[in-house]
Amino acid sequence: MSILNILIADDEAPARNRMRDLLAEIENVTVVAEAKNGKEAIDLALETKPDLMLLDIRMPLMDGIEAAQHAQKLEPKPHIIFTTAFDAYAIKAFDLNAIDYLLKPIRLERLQTAINKAHALKPKQMESLKPLQKTRTHLSIHERGRVLLIPIETIIYLRAELKYVTVRTAEREYLIEESLTNLETEFGERFIRLHRNCLVARYFIAGYEKRLNQDNEPQWVALLKEISETVAISRRQQYLIRDA
Amino acid sequence: MRKNSRLPNLQNLGIHLRILLIVNLLATMAAILLSKQLNEFLPLLAQLSALVQPVLLLSMLGLYGLYPLLSKLKYWQGVIAIILLEIAFTSLIYVFINRYFAFDAIPETYRACLLTAIVTGIVLYYFYLQERAYSPAIAEARLQALQARIRPHFLFNSINAVLSLIRSQPKRAETALEDMADLFRVLMSENRDLVPLAQEISLCHQYLDLEKLRLEDRLKITWQIDDMPSDAMIPPLILQPLLENAVYHGIEPLPEGGEIIVKIYTKLKELHISINNPYAPQNDHHSGNKMALKNIKERLKLHFDLESSIKTQVTQDGFKNNRYEVHIRIPFGT
Repeated sequence: MSILNILIADDEAPARNRMRDLLAEIENVTVVAEAKNGKEAIDLALETKPDLMLLDIRMPLMDGIEAAQHAQKLEPKPHIIFTTAFDAYAIKAFDLNAIDYLLKPIRLERLQTAINKAHALKPKQMESLKPLQKTRTHLSIHERGRVLLIPIETIIYLRAELKYVTVRTAEREYLIEESLTNLETEFGERFIRLHRNCLVARYFIAGYEKRLNQDNEPQWVALLKEISETVAISRRQQYLIRDA
Repeated sequence: MRKNSRLPNLQNLGIHLRILLIVNLLATMAAILLSKQLNEFLPLLAQLSALVQPVLLLSMLGLYGLYPLLSKLKYWQGVIAIILLEIAFTSLIYVFINRYFAFDAIPETYRACLLTAIVTGIVLYYFYLQERAYSPAIAEARLQALQARIRPHFLFNSINAVLSLIRSQPKRAETALEDMADLFRVLMSENRDLVPLAQEISLCHQYLDLEKLRLEDRLKITWQIDDMPSDAMIPPLILQPLLENAVYHGIEPLPEGGEIIVKIYTKLKELHISINNPYAPQNDHHSGNKMALKNIKERLKLHFDLESSIKTQVTQDGFKNNRYEVHIRIPFGT
């Protein structure tokens, strides 16, 4: 029988210790990594390629459910078991969607059973889960066999281009396969739609300026912090500048 | 009449405000009844006022002063004593007025005394009904308090933390379980009466020790309580649920943790308690925070009426770091 590689994620050290103690009593498993939050879990999973991730739900920086969503992009896709002391909302969602979870304090037998029948989450199950936070803290990008996590607060703008959305940070650009409309709904508080195809982070808007475009017509553009690019503002959105 | 009825706290400003309102409302009603035309109303009200206010003023001062004695009596004895006192106050004022002023419309003293007795009865009945209306609320508030206070998240995580210690550090596990027992004993007790501040503080220490077990260095706490009057009496479980909120909403969402600052001091015969913690504008689903705050607000009102307050505010310290502060004000008799 092959050995099952397990990653533990929990923000409380005693909880991780207890999980490690329990796993030590189960045969054919080995703990390959321990993470203190969801983001660390994804980063460590990239290095250690666990077969199974035991994710606590309430963690700082990135909660367990969001981590599980990003983990869907890992190759190979790890199995996931959620652990929680008490999160009524999450538990309700798990029960509704037949997703396995463990209630802390966890019993050895219960852990054993869960590990034996652990299976990867189906996409449909994953979609039905909402992270504790209303919005994701990171966007995940699958790139050359790796999964990159981009913190939302570093994103300057999101621009729709054909079937992709370009994510611009101060350092570089990424491509993701999501719809701009969905992104706008999720992150509407942070981003503002300046153009039909572009969402700009309010935080990164340095000012506005009237310039001549290629057709020599005057047009308003938004100046951005950190990068020298500008974003054109469509006529319909110009009222935003007046309000600003 | 129920067994546990109590006289209203006659040293509370809120109670006096209500007495003032009720009596003046009755005087207004009398003026409306007596005036045949609108233009008679105001002069009549002024006339009545001139007779009512002196009695009212003397009563309020007198009852304020005599309350410590009155509160020692049984309820029905207290009621009789207050009515007799009122009649005495009224006679006193009327004898005084009759001697030094010449009013046309002064009613005979025995009529004034009868009126005073009836008005006093109405006011006392109002407070009796008010207390009765609040009693189920007290029972319910206790139940709610119990639910709000024992956050399952804390209970199960703490048990889990203790379990992790049992094999490696049995001594620490022992202490933790003892703290937990103490904490839950208080959480589950009646909690009707006021307790010394020092007792609440030591409970908070036990609670925080348990949280430190789970959160380790992430939880930092600063007590600025050197000027605290340890013997001040406060409702039990005012501070602990607020600390629990501070940990849950302020510390746990931060990967590196943060600092909770507790300040307790007295100012102008009032006890001030403030709890200050980092504030992450998390869009959490949890409504536990509001539950606990509402519960504390209700209990403060039951104990101190308008003389206490609880306020919350979000402040910014320097760059981007939001902090959340709860400030409680409680009367502190010396």
